[in-house]
Amino acid sequence: MGFTLSNQQQQLSKIATGNGHGENSPYFEGWKAFDSNPYHPTKNPHGVIQMGLAENQLSFDLIQEWVLNHPEASICTAEGAKEFKDIANFQDYHGLPEFRNAVANFMGNVRGNRVTFDPDRIVMSGGATGAHEMLAFCLADPGEAFLMPVPYYPAFDRDLRWRTGVQLLPVACESFNNFKITRAALEDAYEKAQKANIRVKGLLITNPSNPLGTVLDRETLKSLVTFINEKNIHLVCDEIYAATVFTQPSFISIAEILEEEEVECNRELIHIVYSLSKDMGFPGFRVGIVYSYNDAVVNCARKMSSFGLVSTQTQRLIASMLSDNEFVDRFIAESARRLKARHAKFTVGLEEEGTTCLKSSGGLFVWMDLHKHLKEPTFEAEMALWRIIIHEVKLNVSPGSSFHCPEPGWFRVCFANMDDQTMEVALERIRNFVLQDKEAAVVAMKKKKRCWQSSKNLSLSFNRRSRFDEVMMSPHSPIPQSPLVRAT
Amino acid sequence: MRLIVPLQGVVQGRGGLILGSLIPCALFYFLQLYLKRHRTSKPDPDPPSPSTSSSNLAELHRSSSRSSLSGRGSMGRVRVSSRAGLIARPNESPYYIGLDRVLEDPYDGVDNPNGIIQLGLSENRLCFDLIEKWVPDNWTESILRTDGGDLSITGIAAYQPSDGLTELKVAMANFMSQVMRRSVPFDPSQVVLTAGATPAVEILSFCLADHGNAFLVPTPYYPGFDRDMRWRTGVELIPVHCRSTDDFTLNITILEQAYGQARKRGVKVQGILISNPSNPVGNLLSRETLCSLLDFAQEKNIHIISDEIFAGSMYGSEEFVSMAEIVDTEDFDKNRVHIIYGLSKDLSIPGFRIGVIYSYNESVLAAAKRLTRFSSISAPTQRLIMSMLLDTRFIQEYLDINKKRIQHMHDLFVDGLQQLGIKCAKSSAGLYCWADMSGLIRSYGEKGELELWDKLLNIAKINVTPGSACHCIEPGWFRCCFTSLMPEDVPVVIDRIRKVTETIKFSS
Repeated sequence: MGFTLSNQQQQLSKIATGNGHGENSPYFEGWKAFDSNPYHPTKNPHGVIQMGLAENQLSFDLIQEWVLNHPEASICTAEGAKEFKDIANFQDYHGLPEFRNAVANFMGNVRGNRVTFDPDRIVMSGGATGAHEMLAFCLADPGEAFLMPVPYYPAFDRDLRWRTGVQLLPVACESFNNFKITRAALEDAYEKAQKANIRVKGLLITNPSNPLGTVLDRETLKSLVTFINEKNIHLVCDEIYAATVFTQPSFISIAEILEEEEVECNRELIHIVYSLSKDMGFPGFRVGIVYSYNDAVVNCARKMSSFGLVSTQTQRLIASMLSDNEFVDRFIAESARRLKARHAKFTVGLEEEGTTCLKSSGGLFVWMDLHKHLKEPTFEAEMALWRIIIHEVKLNVSPGSSFHCPEPGWFRVCFANMDDQTMEVALERIRNFVLQDKEAAVVAMKKKKRCWQSSKNLSLSFNRRSRFDEVMMSPHSPIPQSPLVRAT
Repeated sequence: MRLIVPLQGVVQGRGGLILGSLIPCALFYFLQLYLKRHRTSKPDPDPPSPSTSSSNLAELHRSSSRSSLSGRGSMGRVRVSSRAGLIARPNESPYYIGLDRVLEDPYDGVDNPNGIIQLGLSENRLCFDLIEKWVPDNWTESILRTDGGDLSITGIAAYQPSDGLTELKVAMANFMSQVMRRSVPFDPSQVVLTAGATPAVEILSFCLADHGNAFLVPTPYYPGFDRDMRWRTGVELIPVHCRSTDDFTLNITILEQAYGQARKRGVKVQGILISNPSNPVGNLLSRETLCSLLDFAQEKNIHIISDEIFAGSMYGSEEFVSMAEIVDTEDFDKNRVHIIYGLSKDLSIPGFRIGVIYSYNESVLAAAKRLTRFSSISAPTQRLIMSMLLDTRFIQEYLDINKKRIQHMHDLFVDGLQQLGIKCAKSSAGLYCWADMSGLIRSYGEKGELELWDKLLNIAKINVTPGSACHCIEPGWFRCCFTSLMPEDVPVVIDRIRKVTETIKFSS
């Protein structure tokens, strides 16, 4: 070309050249392993099974059946073609009225019609990913912060911070009380922020939780509302897994709490993020929703939604589908039933080998407790174990440290993105691994016992398992830097 | 009185020079502190509520004070971000005000013949009949159709790569090559798909510039750039003024001056943003100008973003030359060139949200792909459009007929304006014309222009875009989009404008 290298180095922005995207973290190693060697029942039976993607594929057949029976809903078929012109040309960021009405209707349905939603407060966005970023832009300025109870969805580090310049501050939650969000922990996190001169703008919760799969009880929700009101900060509730709850305790939406008489709350502080990606299994449709009780936020978000509008063709399809109340009721019930069955099969299968998961009532995953298999109760050991699971057991699961979990040994394992046969294979692999690891532990223990006995003439009833349990009960260490955070 | 005596002493020199300078400084400091305290505790005034009865001029604020965010009284308690504060206030630009007014009172030949006729939104309704005929003939199967023939929802419902399906990128690259009559085809691996050209522009802005950096933009320019390039990025747009004496074409000397002035202010210019075909004028950048731009960018080591979204909406006899053409055939450094495209104008499907970033820079492509996670195209829409773009015979027929129809409407409309004594700038592309109504404004300036705009909106009941919204340096120019009209609507529009022009001539 004849130009010097320096000429070719145009400066790009910090956003483009920095690590805010988080993809350099070891977390993505699992994804790379899957991408390069994906499991297939016949073509690649020894490949890596994807258990790191929270996708709901269990009820696709119901959607498929509906779409086939309603060709006019797609507008791009002979039956729907006459509406094509108006739909294709519609670019108003308010969205099609029938779309907003249908989404409001669906959101109410999912919450057992215990609350209703106002279609005029619904703002579109590019998936829940876009919804979260949009709210962060609306609620906080660069340098300001959101409080985040741990463990939390790893991509929040990217979605809420990358382009917005907002910070995320963890709120400590521990396994001994099932990672409950306590008032004390919230106050503690808030105070830490004050001391560090960081202005806290809001609290972000995911309910049902990712990665735990648990739902927040009424008392906790009320205490959160009281807390944010006292501090005059926003509360963003990610309710994206609302319809994946398949058993008791059932899901209680923040919208329901607001309706309770004894709850005093400035509604303008409350915002809900929703999407059809998990409940309906439509991540490819990119339907994200911001529902805010704050007029200014609705106004601002609506204008910002120009950067992530939902295709009107998709809006039209969703509007038709979600207005079909009979279908919606049937779908919600059947989807929950299938998730329950799949969850039961999976957890029972695991328990047979002594592997436990956190008791959960929703979500597309389990929060698996593998601390017994850690060589030591450290995050390094967790990463070592994780690498074994990816490369030897050939399952892509997600290590708890990437979710900022304060205790090592937890793993999120997704079960709803595969068919029954694949799940059986995955279960078998986990069972084999657990068995082998147990045997190896027994052998190692016997060796050690012999060494100790011979050198010190002591007989210790040394149990590797109980030693770790002891350690786990000790005061938890301060939340370490997760690989993701380190990378940014 | 008590203050004056010691001050008098100070002035007369008895207090000494130090006291003489210290006391006023101290007083000044405390005054500032006092004012600052009072400014932050004072609640912001409420915005004037938009009223339909009063003139729209009242809605245009000149002051820089921020209006309050929501209803009365809630501002003091609940804070949103200052970004949101700026965005949430009522739209000040006549571009947006006009669009809102049409939504409230849209013209319909049958149902609302006295409504406002939309000439402010560049959309093309001239060839819907072609698409409407194609759709039932070609999209006969359900959207669940896959290439393998098996009906499966996973193809459209499951997670997809956020920067678009590979097959659609291939189809899009071919389509762009066809539209721009490229000798060297576009490369699908350099295509990043986004949910419309709006996020495409913003993503490029985020990739190429930091907060506080700037882009040079020839004026007049598309009002939406102020939002797309600046809002959330914190980037500045520096106008490079083009004039009617140059037919509103870019003058490199003026570009140099604008660059130099920015440098003097300490502002880092990261690139130039051009639209070619230009919006709102509708002219094309010549091969020579494109080469000069590349030379300039190379010399200053900055980027060029070329928004070519109207490339398929040509009607004149002039040849459209894409920046890609220059870069591929001439010996220029490609890493600084980025092209924006989309299907909203050329295929009239703005609702489907299909935009393109085409870049020669690997790092920009990598970064942009990651940023598409916030603005991906809906998967079922991707599959549908793919099949349309791959029908090259239909696309060619569409482009040819579209060109003829735009030409026809352009001639009708421009002739109609001519009859009223209104001339239009030379143009050969786009869905609009750039009309010189400076003869109709009373006081030659932005105020006069906005008064005329207001009359056209409220008396003639047509929404056009005034040049000031496009940062045009010469008052009196208006962008009129004519492709959302039917030929029979043109006389209606001309008549309505005539009412206003006659009123003005009568009163003057």
